[in-house]
Order: sequence, then structure tokens, then C-alpha cells
Amino acid sequence: MRWWHPADVGQATRSLMDQWGYGARLLTRMVLLFGPTMRRFGLVRDQIHFLGNYSLAIITVSGLFVGFVLGLQGYYTLQRYGSSEALGLLVALSLVRELGPVITALLYAGRAGASLTAEIGLMKTGEQMAAMEMMAVDPISRVLAPRFWAGVIVMPLLAAVFSAVGVLGGYVVGVLLIGVDAGAFWSQMQGGVDVFKDVGNGVVKSFVFGVAVTFVALLQGYEAQPTPEGVSSATTRTVVISSLSVLGLDFILTVMMFSI
Amino acid sequence: MNPQDASALVECRNLSFGYGERRILDNVSFTIPRGKVTALMGASGGGKTTTLRLIGGQVRPQGGQLLFDGTDVGALDREGLFAVRRRMGMLFQFGALFTDMSVFDNVAFPLREHTDLPEPLVRDIVLMKLQAVGLRGARDLMPSEISGGMNRRVALARAIALDPDLVMYDEPFSGLDPISLGTAARLIRQLNDTLGITSLVVSHEIPETFHMADQVIVIANGRIAAQGTPDDVRASTDPLVVQFVNALSDGPVQFHYPGPGVAEDFGGGLR
Repeated sequence: MRWWHPADVGQATRSLMDQWGYGARLLTRMVLLFGPTMRRFGLVRDQIHFLGNYSLAIITVSGLFVGFVLGLQGYYTLQRYGSSEALGLLVALSLVRELGPVITALLYAGRAGASLTAEIGLMKTGEQMAAMEMMAVDPISRVLAPRFWAGVIVMPLLAAVFSAVGVLGGYVVGVLLIGVDAGAFWSQMQGGVDVFKDVGNGVVKSFVFGVAVTFVALLQGYEAQPTPEGVSSATTRTVVISSLSVLGLDFILTVMMFSI
Repeated sequence: MNPQDASALVECRNLSFGYGERRILDNVSFTIPRGKVTALMGASGGGKTTTLRLIGGQVRPQGGQLLFDGTDVGALDREGLFAVRRRMGMLFQFGALFTDMSVFDNVAFPLREHTDLPEPLVRDIVLMKLQAVGLRGARDLMPSEISGGMNRRVALARAIALDPDLVMYDEPFSGLDPISLGTAARLIRQLNDTLGITSLVVSHEIPETFHMADQVIVIANGRIAAQGTPDDVRASTDPLVVQFVNALSDGPVQFHYPGPGVAEDFGGGLR
């Protein structure tokens, strides 16, 4: 491909615009399908179980280890300034504002996002989507929208579990192993964490990440070539695009939240 | 526009379709009579499955008209298309069963999506459809637990769940053992006659299809090479039809894919 040639650049730009336009239309449709999807809540409930419950193991184990490390690193830094009793606050703020939503979204992209893409891609390969269309059933409304809304609901819940387990991990290392005062650990946390500015911002972030990761996963699966190679590369694209989207969106959201 | 033939459920008028530069169907016209089994035959890549996709509205004709019970399928919007599809059943080549649902739930799927029938009634209808294909006892199995032939029969039960006017079968016999193949052929005929539906079967299995069908259409090179009763098609002198019916490896459909000449290719000059 001759990238410098105006015709090729034009074609590549049009193709990109076409893909973005298609993606935007699909996202809009799934958002507009909120009402009809919630009226058939059984479909959403099944997906919450599949995407949420089956991700709990990886989320809790990761949260625990991140909490351990935060406890150690936080203590190392704070004790230099003689404020090791603020360890609880440091661990909680780090998790609730930043690490909880971001790491949960990255883990969710690898665990649930990849599985969503593969599932939708394989349904396409097995002509299940075409069969649904031929039965006059809209696959976007029946298959994609319940998964999308389940993902959006599940992400903040998983992030909350991650942060809660992470705080417990920080407690185990900071209080039980190193010997930071338990009362100081909890009271500093209680006094320093703001429900709206800190917890609320974290919830907003994980909600946005839920939309981004689940949408990318569904789009890649729905647009996958119906071949083994097609599904494989769609799954890879899901993990790469959604992980980068999470990190990019995190920066934008953090900037916006700092200015509030 | 000419009035539609009342005895025809599907009427193709000067139908043309292609992918890019490649012409699949070129000005093809035929009718599918109500209540009959019509077989659509021809070499692979000849446009048979494309014809099914055109009838189902999955792709739109690039020329001509496709009428389903008088309605121009190519001109319908999404809602209109879905309304027409509720009167059609389609059996995909490999069944296309929903792998996360049991046999029962697969057959119940169209009923639950399109009707408000109470669950006991859905259960009775599903069991009746499964009884018709001989798989009432397999209702609790998952698609991964049944054979290819059974898979196809479950898909057939699902295709007739809403009592459609037309059932389309995309190569229903491929990959089946002789017992399953005979069963499938008998089922198609039997369901067609008992339910009073119209059947369109895309197939390569000449003996079974000729035995079962009322009308055979042979498509080759984007046109209709032969059309009529199985006996008419057998008696055709068209070289393409002769090659197809007698399963000859060479003829108008060439065995060798076009390429450089043998002498030129083996001389070492080309890659």
C-alpha cells in the first residue's frame, strides 16, 4: 500500500470513518434498547451471572495481592515522614479512586471481554446469528444488548469487590504483619475518604470502563470474520483495544475529576 | 408488473445477483409451487445457497424481482422483512442450533420470541414438533450431546415450530450417514405433505432428491440449465445437466482449475 498517495489515504480514512460510524450506530442502538432489555431481565441476569460471578475469583485474588503490595509500599514511603498511621487512607484512596476501577477493567477485558468476543464470533461462525435473523429475531436486541447492559452493571460491582478486598489486603500487611495501629488505620480511612469525590468518582470511572470494554468486546465479536482465524484475531483485538481504551479514558476522566 | 401466479408461493422474475465482478445469478426466472417439494440443484458455487438467501431477504437482488406470496422481498424494510420471515422456516447446512440451549429450548425459541403462549402450551407444541422428527425423548440433551443427523432433525423441528408456509433446506443431507440421509429425505416429504407446507431443498444428493422432489431446478453458470419433474431433468440433453446428473468429473464444469498450460508450467519457467 502506498500510504503517501492521496487516493489511498482517502480510502483508508473513509474506511476508518465507516467503521467508527458503524460502531457509533451499534452503541446507540444498544443504549436505546435499555428499556426493552430490562423488560426481559432474565436475559440480563444470566449474563450478570456469567460475566460477574465467573470473574469474581480473578478479581478477589488480584485485589488481595494489590492490597498486600500497597500496604508494603505505602508503609515504606509513609514511615519516612513519620506518618505510617495514614496507611489506611493511602491504601483506600489508591484503590477507590484509581487502582480498583482500572485494574478491574483490565482484568475484566482479559477474562470476560475476550470470552464475550469469542462467544459472539463463534455464534456467527456456527450461523447462529443468521439463524436468528431468519427466525425474524434481531440478534442485537436478543444477544448483544443483554450482554452490554450486564457488563455495564457488573463492572462497578466488581470494582467495589476489588477495592474492598484490596483494603483488607492492606490491613493484613500493614496492621497484622507490620504492626501499624489498627485504630489509626481505620479512622484515617474513615475521615479521609469522601463518599462523593472519591468513591463516587471511582464508580463513575468503572461505569465508563464497563461501557467501553463491553462495547469493544461485542463489536469485535459481531464484526469478526466467521473463521477460526477471524475469531482469534477479534479476541486479540478486544484485549488490546479495550485495555488501551481503559488507560486512555482513565487519564481523561482523572483530568476532568481533578478540575471539579 | 405481471400478476403473480396464484399457484406459486415464490416467484423469481429475471433475478440477477453477484459478488463484486462475479455474477452468481444472471436473469434467472422460476416459480416454486405451493404445497410441493422443489429441489434446487447444481454444482458448488452455482448460486443455490445465494437463491435461498435472496428468498429470505438476507441479501437483496441486484436486478429483477423476488415475490413471496405476492410481496416483493427485495423492496421490504426491516419490519416488513421480519414479518415475511415469520412465514418462513430455514434449515441451515449444519443446523445452526443455539449451543447454549437444550434441544427443547432450541425448538421453543421462536415460539417464546414471537408468541405470548403460556409455557404449558409451548411445551406441548415443542413436544409435538419433536415427536414429528422422532426426537421427543432427546428434549433435555444439549446440541453437543447429539449426532449430526439428530442435530439437523432438531433444527427441522425448530424451523417448523411456527407452522411456516415455506421451509427452505440448505443441503440437509451433507455429511449424513445413509440411515440418517434416508430418514431426513422421508421427513422432508412427510412434513411437506402432512403440514401442507411448501419446501425448497438445496441438495447434491441426486438419488434421494430425485426420489423426493416434485420439481427439480438445476442452476449452472448463473442460469437455469434444466427445470421440470425429476424425469424431465434426467432426460435433459444439456451437457451441464448430463455431467451433473451422471456425476462426471469433467465436462462443461472443468476438473482442472484454470491456469498455465502443463508444458509451460513444468518447464521451470514459472513459479
